[in-house]
Amino acid sequence: MNIKNIKSEFPIFEQKVNGKPLVYLDSANSSQKPRAVINRISNFYETEFSNVGRSVHSLAVKATNRFEESRDKVKNYLNAKHREEIIFTKGATESINLVASSFGEKFIKEGDEILTTELEHHSNYVPWHFLRQKKGAKIKFAPVNDKGEVGIDEIKNLINSKTKIIAITHISNVTGAIVPIKKIVDLANEKNIPVLVDGTQGAPHLEIDMQELGCDFYAISCHKMYGPNGLGILYAKKKWLDELPPYQGGGGMISEVLKENVTFADTPTKFEAGTMQTAEVVAFSEAIKFIEELGIKNIHNHENEIMEYGIEQLKKNNSVKIIGDPKERGSVICFTMKGIHPHDIATILDEDGVAIRAGHHCCQILHDKLGIPATARASLGVYNSRDDMDKLSDAINNCKKIFKI
Amino acid sequence: MELKELYQEIILDHAKNPRNKGKCNGYNHDAKAHNPLCGDKVHIYAKLDVNKNLSDLSFEGEGCAISLASASILTDTLKGKDLQFSKKVTDDFLKMLKNKSKITLNSLSEDQITTISSLSGVQEFPMRIKCATMAWHTLLAAIEKKK
Repeated sequence: MNIKNIKSEFPIFEQKVNGKPLVYLDSANSSQKPRAVINRISNFYETEFSNVGRSVHSLAVKATNRFEESRDKVKNYLNAKHREEIIFTKGATESINLVASSFGEKFIKEGDEILTTELEHHSNYVPWHFLRQKKGAKIKFAPVNDKGEVGIDEIKNLINSKTKIIAITHISNVTGAIVPIKKIVDLANEKNIPVLVDGTQGAPHLEIDMQELGCDFYAISCHKMYGPNGLGILYAKKKWLDELPPYQGGGGMISEVLKENVTFADTPTKFEAGTMQTAEVVAFSEAIKFIEELGIKNIHNHENEIMEYGIEQLKKNNSVKIIGDPKERGSVICFTMKGIHPHDIATILDEDGVAIRAGHHCCQILHDKLGIPATARASLGVYNSRDDMDKLSDAINNCKKIFKI
Repeated sequence: MELKELYQEIILDHAKNPRNKGKCNGYNHDAKAHNPLCGDKVHIYAKLDVNKNLSDLSFEGEGCAISLASASILTDTLKGKDLQFSKKVTDDFLKMLKNKSKITLNSLSEDQITTISSLSGVQEFPMRIKCATMAWHTLLAAIEKKK
């Protein structure tokens, strides 16, 4: 397997879209799936499926083993200290909701502050808003600068004795800015403030080593890293998981259930109530294998090169304005065009087989700050090439033709 | 479906030079809506007189060419028209996009029918139907809601 002809590992590219070869530039939204992941799902259902962690029959043992092997795979990939630090969720959104709810319930009181940024996706703001409403906590937003970045100083200025947690994205899904997480964690450590990282955009593109980053919580959406939909991960330091109350109640997460009282299972089971996504968890191992085989650094370098080339092409077009100019940018190019709304751009590009996203990308606060209601976004995955960037550029010219600009 | 049919001359013209933009004087009904998916916004202002005529009609909003053109065409077509008739046109317009039916109202001029029908190309783009219908649904809401 090598990156140059990696498209052949993704069956979706065998079809044409509107009669044109598919140019998929919506990976920040969700990535496409390699054959190995797709095959593993059907193969698991055909030969090993059963519910996990409950029954004692042979299939249940097989399925449970595969499920827990995936936990080990994730633990090793993230370089977590303990396997119990890996919790499966339905997505990064649920991972963050879990922390906001359980951590908030135990540790946040009226007047306490949650420090976040103007870059955040709604999934790293709305769960904290719930907490604000429930507990009377405050949310502070570190401002984004004119390059679309949030720097360490902006964070430093807002930390005070009331700051109880810092919740921050790893990579902005709009400006593409890579946030200096390590520095922020070091700063927070000095003040004993835990840090939650929304790794939704970080995990698919960057090397993520929990020992090196040192954050307390890291939220992942598996479907953006070539894995199955409906699956996410919450990495959390064991000391937190042991202390936090459960997020949801139900089967599996209990120790003893009596009419008078209920006691809970140990971590991670305490946080995995009800029947879990089974095939998805098992198949996610294949997504990690896929990334490991190519090497995350190689993936990052490849995407970077394509992105730089793409930006260069778009900059030649004087109707296009690229949003943000961060020093370190991760696989996202947001842009606007003079006289054409992003929604219209997306429709016109689609006719040329070029799939992008238009809108506020679940970042209304950031768009309000930038003073634009919507942007068009081309986001990259390992399967993109220079040719895709050329096709993007041509399709953008077609927009100008149709709008007579 | 060709893109040219979606982005016809009439639509581009209304999108680039929207008619009846702003708050109309003396409006007594209004309503607003937005599409959280794409950030399109529309605010309809209507002046309903004692004879149940929409004697003035205007809109404010931002959004894609389809949503702007649709709001502009709405105000252009229904300004000065009787309320019951306007409701019927709205109903026909929404049906046109839902069931691909044609607009055949006698009291509209041929030009007006051509203009409204120019938005029928949106049928072929299911993700864009809301862009075209939002203003019309908002008009119905405005009529129900007095200032």
